[in-house]
Amino acid sequence: MSKPEVAIVGIGIHPFGRTPERSGQEQGVYAVRKALKDAGVEWPDVQFAFGGSQAAGAADTMVSKLGLTGLQFINVANGCATGGSALFSAYNTIASGAFDLGIAIGYDKHERGAFRVNTRSSGLGDWYGKQGLALTTQFFGMKINRYMENYGISHNTLAKVSAKAFRNAEHNPNAWRRQPISEEQILESDMLSYPLTKFMFCSPAEGGVALILARADQAHKYTDTPVYLNAAVVRSRRWGSFEVMAPSLALEDGDGPTVDTSKAAFEMAGIEPTDVDVAQLQDTEAGAEIMHMAENGFCDHGEQERIIQQGETEIGGRLPVNTDGGCLANGEPVGASGLRQVYENVLQLRGAAGKRQVPNDPQVAYTHVYGAPGISGVTILSR
Amino acid sequence: MGGQVPIEEGLFTWPSDDPRLIGSECQKCKAILFPVQSGCPRCTSDDTQPKELGTRGTLWTWTIQGYPPKSPPYAGDIENFEPYGVGYVEIHDEVKVETRLTVADKDVLEIGLEMKLTFIPAYTDKDGNEVMTFAFAPVAQ
Repeated sequence: MSKPEVAIVGIGIHPFGRTPERSGQEQGVYAVRKALKDAGVEWPDVQFAFGGSQAAGAADTMVSKLGLTGLQFINVANGCATGGSALFSAYNTIASGAFDLGIAIGYDKHERGAFRVNTRSSGLGDWYGKQGLALTTQFFGMKINRYMENYGISHNTLAKVSAKAFRNAEHNPNAWRRQPISEEQILESDMLSYPLTKFMFCSPAEGGVALILARADQAHKYTDTPVYLNAAVVRSRRWGSFEVMAPSLALEDGDGPTVDTSKAAFEMAGIEPTDVDVAQLQDTEAGAEIMHMAENGFCDHGEQERIIQQGETEIGGRLPVNTDGGCLANGEPVGASGLRQVYENVLQLRGAAGKRQVPNDPQVAYTHVYGAPGISGVTILSR
Repeated sequence: MGGQVPIEEGLFTWPSDDPRLIGSECQKCKAILFPVQSGCPRCTSDDTQPKELGTRGTLWTWTIQGYPPKSPPYAGDIENFEPYGVGYVEIHDEVKVETRLTVADKDVLEIGLEMKLTFIPAYTDKDGNEVMTFAFAPVAQ
């Protein structure tokens, strides 16, 4: 394991789901105050911030509520990897020696229903959306449909992934959908984008997360249970990958950005996938969790069928995945989603995850996000 | 009543006797993309030229849009929504194109199915014109 330079010393979250009485920004402020308290610091102690939301305004406006301390505050906008990118930027700001203590913030508040895509902001013509393409749900359906055919993944395995998410979320007070749903109900719910049903998709939602980062050699000033950031990597797509919002794809098939990101992160941390004790993998739908297990190096393509059927990704299994219910049960407030994964891993590494605590005395935890138009972010944490 | 108009100029050569999609080909590495764009994402060259694409291919993957998309951007009829097929068709030796499919039946659609280019009405514009777009249909039908 590489010697870490940066530690997470405080975490805060605003419950995910729907909170009509609070704006997105207020949910972000709520999370920041929780994180400050957790680290035992005050807002004026924070030297810099990276923050982002996709649909709830510019994050730097929150200083009007938190306090006008004059800190360096940079807004981050990077699709589903917004939170991961904020964390990556905060990590490098401390690792570079520029500052000693800072914060990564993500929050959001989306309208109901599937994401409304602005084709122009994606660099695409209006025709693309007008004729009924340009839906993220279509991409997910098409990617897992081909994957199931190529690697023998069953419809029941898709259902098992969703059922696990809702079951894990039952023990997560900050999750949105906390009612267990049976595999039969999941399979029989509305078919939104074949082969994916309603309960196999996450929904856009609301929530906020804040993480306070410090120089690793100063972490014990703030907490007895620092969690170290051994790697934080963000990559974009290469030729041949199969991405959302793509009117055409290369003739050649290649790996997605997750594969590059994951390899770089493991190299940076100096560990192997087998060293990971708990993982939070982007599960915008049940198929994504399955594909991302392999893309992140935790198994070969196709092995997921056996691994999931045998329960190895359950909280008591060999590699627990999405222990807080993931995107499926928390929804996806885009700005906050990647930071939620890190929040969960910090709880797991502290041994403070309550009824959903993984029992294997975890030392190393892994997070992964993926988003349009082909970006991925990975972090590796240890205690 | 209006006539029929293409959904966008420059996307395809319809109406014509042999309508085709218009992609672009990198003059350096020969990579093909759809629609036309400047710049080649494969080799980074900025030298691309328009190229009319083939009309046959195989279904590379597919799904069925089972619920009405949000409008905007969707311009189709929400009130009388019917599920429709969407897929990528691998045009032989050229490029995979994302497309509407004329079939929305999971028992008909399968990866590897031979497909051919066709044109379908996507929606009716405010002047009463039928707005036409490209789609792929199973060759066997």
